[in-house]
Amino acid sequence: MITATKVTKKFGRVAAVSGVSLELGEGESLALWGSNGAGKTTLIRCLLGVIRFRGAARIGGVDVRKRGRRARSLVGYVPQELAFHDDARLGSAMAFFAGLRCVPRARAAEALATVGLAGHERKRVRDLSGGMKQRLALAIALLSDPPLIMLDEPTSNLDAAGRGEVVETLHNLKTSGKTLLFASHRPDEVISLADRVLVLDRGKVQRDTTPRELWPTEKPIQVVRLHLTMASEDDAARVLREAGHAVHVNGHGLCVAVPRDRKADPICTLARCQIEVRDIEVLDNVHMPEVQP
Amino acid sequence: MNTLAPHSPARGVSSAVSARSFAGGIASFARREFRDSIASRWFLLYTIAFGVLAVGVSFLSLSGVGSHGFAGFGRTAAGLLNLVVLVVPLMALTAGAGTIAGERERGTLLYLLAQPVSRSQVVIGKYIGLAGTLVCSLCIGFGVSAGVLAWRTGGVGVGSYAMLVAFTVLLALAMLSVGTLISVVSRKPSVATGLGLFVWLTLVFVSDLGLMASSILLKLRVQEIFGLAVLNPLQAFKMAVIVNMNASLDVLGPVGAYASRTYGDSLSWMLATTLVLWAVVPLMLATLLFARKGAL
Repeated sequence: MITATKVTKKFGRVAAVSGVSLELGEGESLALWGSNGAGKTTLIRCLLGVIRFRGAARIGGVDVRKRGRRARSLVGYVPQELAFHDDARLGSAMAFFAGLRCVPRARAAEALATVGLAGHERKRVRDLSGGMKQRLALAIALLSDPPLIMLDEPTSNLDAAGRGEVVETLHNLKTSGKTLLFASHRPDEVISLADRVLVLDRGKVQRDTTPRELWPTEKPIQVVRLHLTMASEDDAARVLREAGHAVHVNGHGLCVAVPRDRKADPICTLARCQIEVRDIEVLDNVHMPEVQP
Repeated sequence: MNTLAPHSPARGVSSAVSARSFAGGIASFARREFRDSIASRWFLLYTIAFGVLAVGVSFLSLSGVGSHGFAGFGRTAAGLLNLVVLVVPLMALTAGAGTIAGERERGTLLYLLAQPVSRSQVVIGKYIGLAGTLVCSLCIGFGVSAGVLAWRTGGVGVGSYAMLVAFTVLLALAMLSVGTLISVVSRKPSVATGLGLFVWLTLVFVSDLGLMASSILLKLRVQEIFGLAVLNPLQAFKMAVIVNMNASLDVLGPVGAYASRTYGDSLSWMLATTLVLWAVVPLMLATLLFARKGAL
């Protein structure tokens, strides 16, 4: 479904994506994993053909640079944050995208109902919560029933309940044979949805692996938030990542995904490097590092 | 969440279907742009400003001299002509300048381009939508002005007035096209608006002065001055309206006399073609540049 060869995108002198090649078969599900700035979003934008890049990318055998419109007709895209005219009403926004995707308007109402937004047609986009905007983006992506869905951190704006619903929908889509390519910071999403994981670091592929290889444990994962001095946060994040932990820095401490019975591991790792942990919180209601928009 | 039933598009995408979807995409963008801009503050402001100025010019032209009938209309049309040359390019340039650059700054452009659309559909669709809004705005202003004329003079030279409106629409389309080109090459709407104002100033004031200066300094021949003047769409518009009001271009001096004598009846078509080219060429350039440029 996707073939990318040596995709490279530079912003000035900085390579956001550097020589990334990947293959994704029909019905497969691939997660892009990496910290902020790893190049996940840029890679998705390159594959969609919305930004210029070096290398080659094909979707369903169609070159995204030469026949971008045709290639994108095979893709439903859910961005990290829905950027749409705030004054538009949901109904007219859906009608607009239905027009672009050449599907009947009735289909728009069905798609809204699918994501639980039926009855909100008169609401303006600016009045929607972050979660509702995300569901609207998902509804737009599903309008034309495309075989490939690309999602850029699809649950980043959702609460725990909304996240569960979206993951369930994506699971159903995967079961129905859709191909999924998604970027995520959340191990539980990756474990439940992805067949393969592409680990990116500073724009380069570090590993092409499976969720089970990346997190070799059957035990449930839990998130602990470590409070450190601001100056040591970057060093601590690097040390923990090198030790194989999934880490997210969000301005309120370091969130680290750990097996439920190994919660002290990151503290021990940091202590060995003489990085002091001031406090620790176990986040009961989330199983992953929280990702702030 | 439920699962959406599969969508079954018609099998076999023929080139006719593809062309229809291309046109459909343009129509979708045009409809949305028209709806959004009609509801926007700039449309309200421009419509009120143009309407008030048009009515003011009509009143002043008539009441000051106490003329009646078509003589009064001629005077009013001359006043409207000068108003149009100043105001309409400003309206169209700033409206066009904000269109793509605004989407880029809001971050909505990238999401739009992630849909199955081509960049040319986005540019052309948005241009058509804005053109529709501008035409509405102008028609309201001219309509009110025509009402005042009919009330005060007892009649309007319908043919001449319609030609004035038609050439104004052409001028608006030409300037909108230039504004769209500016929008494509600008990263921020503020920069685009600044560039639009610079182009407006250049066309309205600087080019006339420049032409006068260069004709004296370089001792240009009359045909060369005419050729250079026609390159300015505002001058082309002005001459076209004067010609179509059955007035002599002699009022424009030796250059006008030369144009009337040399080109005769074809002058009107020549000037209209100039305006059409100004509407088409910058839009084509904008489409090509936007296709080469990324969304960011």
